[in-house]
Amino acid sequence: MTAKGWKDLVLIGVLVLAAAFVPLVTDGYWLSIAVTAMMYIALTTAWTLFSGPTHYISLATGAFFGVGGYLVATGMSDHDLPFWLMAAIAPVVSVVLAALIGAATLRLSGIYFVIFTLGLAEMIRGLVSWVQNNFLGSRGLYVLTDFTEAHIYWMLLAIAATVYVIGWLIDRSRLGFAMKIIGNDEGVAKHLGIDTARAKVLLFMVTGFFSTLVGAIVAPRYSYIEPNQVFSPELSFMVVIMALLGGTQKLWGPIIGVIPFILIWETITASFPNATTLYLGLCFLAIVYFLPNGVVGLVQKIIAKGRSA
Amino acid sequence: MSTGRSILTVDRLTKRFGGLVAVNDLSFEVREHEVMGLIGPNGSGKTTTMNLISGAFAPTSGTIHLEGRRLSGLGAHEVTRAGVSRTFQLVRVLPGLSLIDNVIAGAAFGHKRRWGGPAKEQAVRLLQRVGLGAQIGLPVSALTYIDQKRLELARALAGEPEVLLLDEWLAGLNPTELQEGIALISDLRREGRTIILVEHVMDAIRSLCDRCVVMNSGAKIAEGTPQAVLSDPEVIRAYLGDE
Amino acid sequence: MDILISGLLLGGTYALVAMGLNLQYGVARIMNLANGETLVLGALAAFLAFTAISLSPLVTMLVVAPLSFAANWVAYRLLLRPLVKRAKSPGQLEVDSILATFGISFALVGLMVSIHGEYYTYSFLARPIEILGTTVAENRLVAALVAAGIGAALVGWLNFTRTGTAVRAVSVDRQAAQLVGINVARVSALAFALGGAVTATGGTLISTFITLDGSMGVIFTMKALIIVIMGGVGDLRGSIIAAIVLGLVETAVASLIDPGLTLVSAYVIFLGILLFRPQGLFGKRNA
Repeated sequence: MTAKGWKDLVLIGVLVLAAAFVPLVTDGYWLSIAVTAMMYIALTTAWTLFSGPTHYISLATGAFFGVGGYLVATGMSDHDLPFWLMAAIAPVVSVVLAALIGAATLRLSGIYFVIFTLGLAEMIRGLVSWVQNNFLGSRGLYVLTDFTEAHIYWMLLAIAATVYVIGWLIDRSRLGFAMKIIGNDEGVAKHLGIDTARAKVLLFMVTGFFSTLVGAIVAPRYSYIEPNQVFSPELSFMVVIMALLGGTQKLWGPIIGVIPFILIWETITASFPNATTLYLGLCFLAIVYFLPNGVVGLVQKIIAKGRSA
Repeated sequence: MSTGRSILTVDRLTKRFGGLVAVNDLSFEVREHEVMGLIGPNGSGKTTTMNLISGAFAPTSGTIHLEGRRLSGLGAHEVTRAGVSRTFQLVRVLPGLSLIDNVIAGAAFGHKRRWGGPAKEQAVRLLQRVGLGAQIGLPVSALTYIDQKRLELARALAGEPEVLLLDEWLAGLNPTELQEGIALISDLRREGRTIILVEHVMDAIRSLCDRCVVMNSGAKIAEGTPQAVLSDPEVIRAYLGDE
Repeated sequence: MDILISGLLLGGTYALVAMGLNLQYGVARIMNLANGETLVLGALAAFLAFTAISLSPLVTMLVVAPLSFAANWVAYRLLLRPLVKRAKSPGQLEVDSILATFGISFALVGLMVSIHGEYYTYSFLARPIEILGTTVAENRLVAALVAAGIGAALVGWLNFTRTGTAVRAVSVDRQAAQLVGINVARVSALAFALGGAVTATGGTLISTFITLDGSMGVIFTMKALIIVIMGGVGDLRGSIIAAIVLGLVETAVASLIDPGLTLVSAYVIFLGILLFRPQGLFGKRNA
């Protein structure tokens, strides 16, 4: 085991500890922003787990997140099931969903996967609304729990830390090594004995699991849930932007992207609510043209230049 | 001529791409511990045959068996695990990985699997074996063309394949490198490895191959020792054309 | 019968939009995810011209097409060409162009919402008309006929002119096209611009019978992508047939089950294609 690997883990441990104190020193507006940021940190880290090594732009986050929120809501509201049971069931449903999507698209070129996930949240929203309107009756779904914002924050922090540790373990496993080879040359990977489709599907399932768990945990924040609100295509795009903004070569890269993005996002939403889409567009363009490897990549480049000079 | 038992059997193999028949009703056997040359003019279907054996393409009809196990119809990764490794006509090393990791990549998922300490020890051994002992710490991008080919060979050997496919491994080397390359492969031959060699370099074919299969327009036109096939009038006609 | 006629008419218009995307992806190799926004821009232009000076969308179309051609040419030259140049592999170009066109797409949505944040509602040729015993709105019929005319002209141009042949050559093999003296960069820009013009024209036509708003582009992008993949990348005839299939299926699902399920039905088709014929309806395996 390299010293560098352990150092990364220790650094994250310290960050998690520090982050755990946030709800104790703040509340109200800033705590609410911290919850949002922590939600995106968990989502982007989970996203990077799959999309970092494969370079596949997954837009499935909104769909997974929606499955989490919607199943918790419908379970609690329509069937009086406990929150924890639903929060446990939802990720399993998504793992199955991810396996199906993966099996259909990941053996083909990456473009099919992107296109398939592009409309996925919208499609599931259409399906869920239809089922609800025709078979379940269209009443609102309530998620009533005793959780405070601080509870939700800590749970999200725990998820983010877990995703990180899992990513760290995968990185040191044969699966992680296989993903690195696939990222280098998928054709060669196959001829080295790697079942590339299986490796990609497995990783996508892990991402699906955690994205859904985040959706389930965040559901109590909204209290009242409609399919239109939880199956949000916009969420998928925001996750992509924040992850790429930070940089996806390192699993902690996305954290660097989330915090500034959320701060600017909140400011724009508050003062110029009509400009949010434009902001998303400009961020995408900025990433492609100025930050192709994210902030982390840029910093690494500057450091490398400094060393060679 | 080698007299070992037959290890790889290709039976009535055919591959069509749309209207083009790239490989036409091809049958041959490869015996254990022999180096078999697969030769023929450009476009005769040699590389397609390699791609069929290695599982890159599925055959249109016909079968391939390795020690009684059917390979045709399996994916490339399953073929590799069953014991067939390959190198590529245009060398394909993994640029983002270290030399050692490039070789471990061949061991971690291959026929005889290794991981962790043993894989690393084996990788160092193989790198020294192919003549890259001095370059171990370099990034892959710093390697010369022949060194990249050596690296690819070490990677293919790392999974300890039953059959090794070398697709024009000697192409593009200068005369000195060519001598080194031929020496390296004849070392492998002395070790008793089973190799299928697609090659254009006649010197290499003469000195390395126990037996040759000659292809033209997708079909087999001759089979035998290098001396015999290279003096076969039909083979000469295929290479040089009629008059 | 109702479904058949309406489906055919809808499919005809989809075909035009998908042809636009196919030119951009098949020839210029740019997966343009702002395709739907180009369409909505065409619709917005038609709406603004109609409400402001009662200009017929069929006239607006004549202005929209060259404008969109120019804008797409510039976008290709300024934004996308640099990505083509810097790409070390087709995979990298794919990722870069996906992200860049997402950026363009969001920026356009932002702009359009700020120009007109509501539905583009206007009424043009909304008269019932009877064909083969079925009543359809006249605007649908006109749109489908105009789409068919443009589509036919495009196919003719590609097959029977020198430039059209160059475009097809680039779509089949860029390197070989370069070798026979075709200016691939120029042809790519031309195809991209033409694709944009065709798509925007399609948007102008669609706006006569479907009420759009600034944020609906992504749904059309999605449908166009499904059509292109179903028909086979680079295969215009395949696109036309696939578009008609999608038009028919959507109309059938909307009228027999629920209009909310049209996207779901498009997805079911997509899934079937991915599982059984990923090379497209008429594509060859191992091509």
